[in-house]
Formats: sequence, C-alpha cells, structure tokens
Amino acid sequence: MNQPASAYFLQHAEEKAVTHTLSVLVDNEPGVLARVIGLFSGRGYNIDSLTVSETEHEAHLSRITIVTTGTPMVLEQIKHQLERLIPVHRVHDLTAEGRSLERELLMVKVAGQGEQRVEALRLADAFRAQVIDATQTHFVFELTGRTSKIEQFIEIMQPLGLVEIARTGIAAVARGPEPM
Amino acid sequence: MSRELTGAGIVLQALKDQGVEHIFGYPGGAVLPIYDELFQQDDVQHILVRQEGGAAHAAEGYARTTGKVGVVLVTSGPGATNAVTGITDALMDSIPMVVITGQVPTHLIGNDAFQECDTVGITRPCTKHNWLVRDVNDLARIMHEAFYVARSGRPGPVVVDIPKDVQFATGTYVGPKNIRHKTYNPQVKGDLDRIRAAVDLMAQAKRPILYTGGGVINSGPAASQLLRELVEVTDFPITSTLMGLGAYPASGKNWLGMLGMHGTYEANMAMHDCDVMVCVGARFDDRITGRIDAFAPNAKKIHIDIDPSSINKNVRVDIPIIGDVGHVLEDMVRLWRASAPQRDKKAHDDWWGKIRGWRGRNSLAYRNSDSVIMPQYAIERLYDACKGKETYISTEVGQHQMWAAQFFHFDQPNRWMTSGGLGTMGYGMPAAIGAQIAHPGKLVIDIAGDASILMNIQELSTAVQYRLPIKVFILNNQYMGMVRQWQQLLHGNRMSESYMESLPDFVKLAEAYGAVGIRAQTPQELDGKIEEMIATDHPVIFDCRVAALANCFPMIPSGKAHNEMLLGEDVADEEIENAIGEEGKTLV
Repeated sequence: MNQPASAYFLQHAEEKAVTHTLSVLVDNEPGVLARVIGLFSGRGYNIDSLTVSETEHEAHLSRITIVTTGTPMVLEQIKHQLERLIPVHRVHDLTAEGRSLERELLMVKVAGQGEQRVEALRLADAFRAQVIDATQTHFVFELTGRTSKIEQFIEIMQPLGLVEIARTGIAAVARGPEPM
Repeated sequence: MSRELTGAGIVLQALKDQGVEHIFGYPGGAVLPIYDELFQQDDVQHILVRQEGGAAHAAEGYARTTGKVGVVLVTSGPGATNAVTGITDALMDSIPMVVITGQVPTHLIGNDAFQECDTVGITRPCTKHNWLVRDVNDLARIMHEAFYVARSGRPGPVVVDIPKDVQFATGTYVGPKNIRHKTYNPQVKGDLDRIRAAVDLMAQAKRPILYTGGGVINSGPAASQLLRELVEVTDFPITSTLMGLGAYPASGKNWLGMLGMHGTYEANMAMHDCDVMVCVGARFDDRITGRIDAFAPNAKKIHIDIDPSSINKNVRVDIPIIGDVGHVLEDMVRLWRASAPQRDKKAHDDWWGKIRGWRGRNSLAYRNSDSVIMPQYAIERLYDACKGKETYISTEVGQHQMWAAQFFHFDQPNRWMTSGGLGTMGYGMPAAIGAQIAHPGKLVIDIAGDASILMNIQELSTAVQYRLPIKVFILNNQYMGMVRQWQQLLHGNRMSESYMESLPDFVKLAEAYGAVGIRAQTPQELDGKIEEMIATDHPVIFDCRVAALANCFPMIPSGKAHNEMLLGEDVADEEIENAIGEEGKTLV
C-alpha cells in the first residue's frame, strides 16, 4: 500500500454511483436556496440539475427539484442532511419511490438559411417543438420533454446552426393520486 | 402577553423569558442599543471577554457544564467573524448556543458599510440555522425560535443577526409560547420494535461492547444514569469517545477507557473483536474508527442517535434507532429487565477474560523519571490532588489534551470540556471561564499546552476582571507536541515550524495580567506546587515544565485498524530522541 503519510485515512471504497431525483419542499424564505446549494458544495455532493420555484404562494412554500449522483450511502446522507435544514418540510426521493414523471423545458436558437433552415423546421416539427420566435435567419424552438429527448433534439440541431441553448433543468412529480 | 418594546428591549426580554442569566460578549457600534438596554437591567449578567472568539468558547464551556444554552453577544463585521471559530466548534461538538450579532442598518446592507459582513452568509454552513431579522415585529418570535432550535434535537449553535435600525425600532413583544415548530420537530422517542430487536441482539451477543459518546452527555444527567443502569443489568464492557467521558464513571468496573486514535489497547481491541456493538450517541468519527474497512469487521452494529444524518454516514449499521439517548435507554433498560434474557455465561466469561488479557498490556504505561516531570505523571498528580473536589476540566488541543483524557478520570458527566470535533487550540481557557461563571466556588482547571494557551491568552484578563479563580495548568514542553509527534512518525523527523522558539515567561505573564504564576520544574516539587495552585483563590497560570520529547501513546497510526495499535513500549525513547538532531537538542 503506497499511501502518503497522513493524519487521515486516505483510501475509500469505491461504490457504484447512481442518479436520483429528489423533491424538496421548503419554506420560501430568504437564503433557503443558498442553504441547499451550500450543503451540496460544502459536503461535496453533485448537482446534475436543480430547479426551484414557489409552488404554494399562500403557504410560502417552494419546491426544489434536484437531480444528484452518488453512491447509495451518499444518497441516503443527502436526504438526511436536507431534512436537517430547518426550513425544509419534506424530502422525497422520487427515483426510490417509483418511476417519477420528469420533464424539462428547452429553448434553442437555430440560425441559418436555405436547406438547413428547412431541415431544422422539419425536425422540430417531428419532435413537436414549438416555434416561439423567428426571422428569416433564425428560429427559436421550445421543447418540453424528458431529458433524453431534450438531449437528442440538441444533438440533432447541432449541425443545423444551433447557436444558443437555454434549459430549465428537471421538474418532477410522482405518479398516482397522492400528493408529496 | 404582548406589548410594545424597542428591538433592543425585545432581545433582553426574550433572554429573560428564556431563563438566561449570563451572556458572553464584546460591544461595538452595531450592538450599542442592546448594550444600552443591558446596562439598565440586572437580570442578565454580561461577561466582557477580550476577543469575540473567547466569548464563543466561554459560552461553550458554560453550556457544556450546565446543559443550558450558551449565549453570545457581539457586534457586526469583525465581531461576527471572530466568533466563527467558536460557532463552528459548537456545531461539531453539538453544543447549544445562541449568538446574537449586530448588523449595519438594513438600508446599508450590501453597500460594504463600515464593519459590515454577510454574517448569515458566513455562518450558514457553521450553524444549525441562522436569521437576519429585517422586521422588528419578527424579532421576538425569532429569538424564541433560536433558543428552541439551539437546544432541541441534536443541539447546536444558531445566529440571530439584528440590524441596528431594527434594534432601535419599536415592535410587538410576544412571550415564548409552547408552539410546535412548523418544520423542526425532532423525534425523541425511539421506535420500540427496533429497540426490542436491539435488546434481542444484545442478549445473544457473545462479545458485546457499548461505545458511547457526547450524545449521552447532551441528553442530560438522566441519560448518564440510565447508561449506568444498562451497564449494570447487561454487564457489558463500555468505552467512550473523547466527548463522552464521564457519562459512565471511569472508576466503574466495566470501564475500558477511551477508544480511538489515542484510546486504550483494551478499548480498541474490544471494539475490533466484538460481535455486537451498541453505539450510544456517538458518530463513528474518523479518529474513532481508524481504517474504516477494517472497523469491527465481525460486529452487528446498533446505533442510537437523535440525528438521522449520523446514521450510516461513515459506517453501515444493522439496527439504527433514531431518538434521544435518554428516552431510548429508558426503553432499552426496561425491555431488558422485562425479558430477563438468559445469557451465554461461558461466552460472557471468555470475553471478559480476553479483555483482562488486553488490560494486562497496560497500554498507558510510561517510563517515569526522577529528574524531569513526565507529562503523564503531571496529569496523574493533578488528578490525585483534585480527588474529592467538584472539579471541571477543560483542555486545549494537542498532546496534553490526549494525556488529560487518558490520565484524568471522570466519574460525572458535564465535568469535561474539550474541543473534540473541530480541534480548536485556544478553546480551553475561555471554556474554563464559562464553566467558572456557571459554577462559582468550584475548581475549574484548563489543562493546556504551551502553544495552545497563547492562542487565546488575552482571556486571562477576563478571568482577572471577574475574579474567576480558574487554573491554567500548562504542560510546557516547548513544542507543538502533537504536530511534532506526527512529523516524527510520518514526515521523516523534519520538525517543520513545530518548535516554539520564543515562549513568554509564563509566571511573569500571569503577574502582568494580575494573576498568579507558579512554576514546577522537578517531580519532587510538583505535588507541593499543585497544592499551592489549588489553594490559591485567584486565576493561576501553572507553568509545568515537562519532558520536552515525550510522545502520546498508545496510538492507531494513520491507515491502520484498531488491532494495529502502536504502544509506547514499541517506540523506544532513544528513537524519538535521535529523531531530534544535536542542534535541536541544544535548543531544548
């Protein structure tokens, strides 16, 4: 074992990382997002996607959807650490609780003329993307769907004059009649 | 009861209604309205420290020895940032603390005003929770919420940041109602099925061990009493972390001593070989587990903790029980008594036989000397002199801290204050001040090192001002001993910056502050000088000149398992001495 001299035990077992989607219901108060993000950066957890918005105005509640990657032990930690934050009401691991519905919204700007422009419009139509802005030299498409679909659409648009991408990150909800 | 008060008045009223008698602080521009309010009342006594870091540690010492919430009052900007180390320390060691910070007026926030800093931003990761109060009508509720959060569940520090205009403004005061917090309601009762499963597992154990920690102390004296009952009815061997010392008496027959990096051989070997481990209010810290993949490889593990995030953080456990230690132990003892399990007598005797064998190694043994005071000997003599007295011990961080944990024995909870998680040098003297404020007339000693003590030496002035007869017992080896020990063991004896070349004359230093200085240089004079120290009704700095090159054993070297301990006898003194070059020796 060629470990450098250290006051700490440096090796750690490698477990396989998995990706989970967490839904976090929080009080909509100043600093609450900073608490959540600070927790992730401070403890070295990953954020693959994060969305946040007030969802219940009367009750001052916001919903934060986080997609994160880690070993099962780390994912369990993340859930508990989030629950430990005072303004957090509930944390649900949507992935662990069953197949959740996950959607993302994409806006993509494609610039070009002639054949490429026609092709971009044709493919957008096939993906059921909306045209939300256009001139003779560009389109802005809006597309909603699962991340895999979004990524595929971006890939297809890449050679057709894609110049700018904006995407929201994932919003997710569990299937079935029960609320979170 | 609601009435109109200024923001500063609300702060004081809330402190009184929360039963606060002492606060530790330092005034400044952004808290002057609160200091003015403080001046005009007698219920809350303010202790003026010499630096805000001292206030935070003093509040920790106060909280640790009383179980009450420690309260700190500091100004904005540097006042708040100076307190950050103590706040982080309290977070790591789960000490309940409310820190009130002044802030620049709300209209100046964000403008880089004089003595402005983003206090809630800076303290967000080192508090349980914090608040910036923008409306005076929220202040009373937030103050009461702050105390609730600080002391509930796993205790910890909170910060209430109050802009100066909010302190001046008039608003409605509401008393502390017994409201359920809308989101924070920690579970205190453990799941009975889990506790039953734990009791069954414990009853079948052939080689059980209780591994206890600071959570037992935090749960209150009743939890320590229940722990003693559990040991009584099960006859399990028991060890503890640094933070848990005193929960089970060191004089108890089942006591194995502290475990971990500088724990005893018997404690660590029993941890390694056990088949059932009951972790009570401890958190499997890396100083405890050593090499994690070789930690208690054959043990089923039960973990009692009030903080769900402590469960399965470092070590996977078989039966997690979330709840307050006191509540869970009460159920556990009751269920054990009710089931009166038939234990495997032979396995039990064999296990204790094995433990006796490990004890026989006498892992804390050291070679004493007639000419120089060995640091271990100094602690032993100090302990002996304190026997029969109600004594509170704090420490700084380093070799002296480990020797204090090994050689000063605690039979009661809340008598031991040490910076375990954060390892803050400079903790001990202010913590001793906090303890002495809480326990007037009792013997309070800070066991210190010559390097650590200089990190908060200014607080000696506080002790003198308030006539606090704290004793600062410095094991003076003229090194940063623990740093040097690691350098000797791990860095090819290259003692990079770990030698204290220009130490003050501690006796003169004490006198300069108006305290008493005592020096002991030989083993022969040690007892007399210690007696003199204890008899002195003033703050004392005791400069105990100890063997410069003694090292702290036993020890689990880095990357090793519990059964790979390094014992003192394995490392010859000559080796250590040779490690110091001739040139270095002449300096010593």
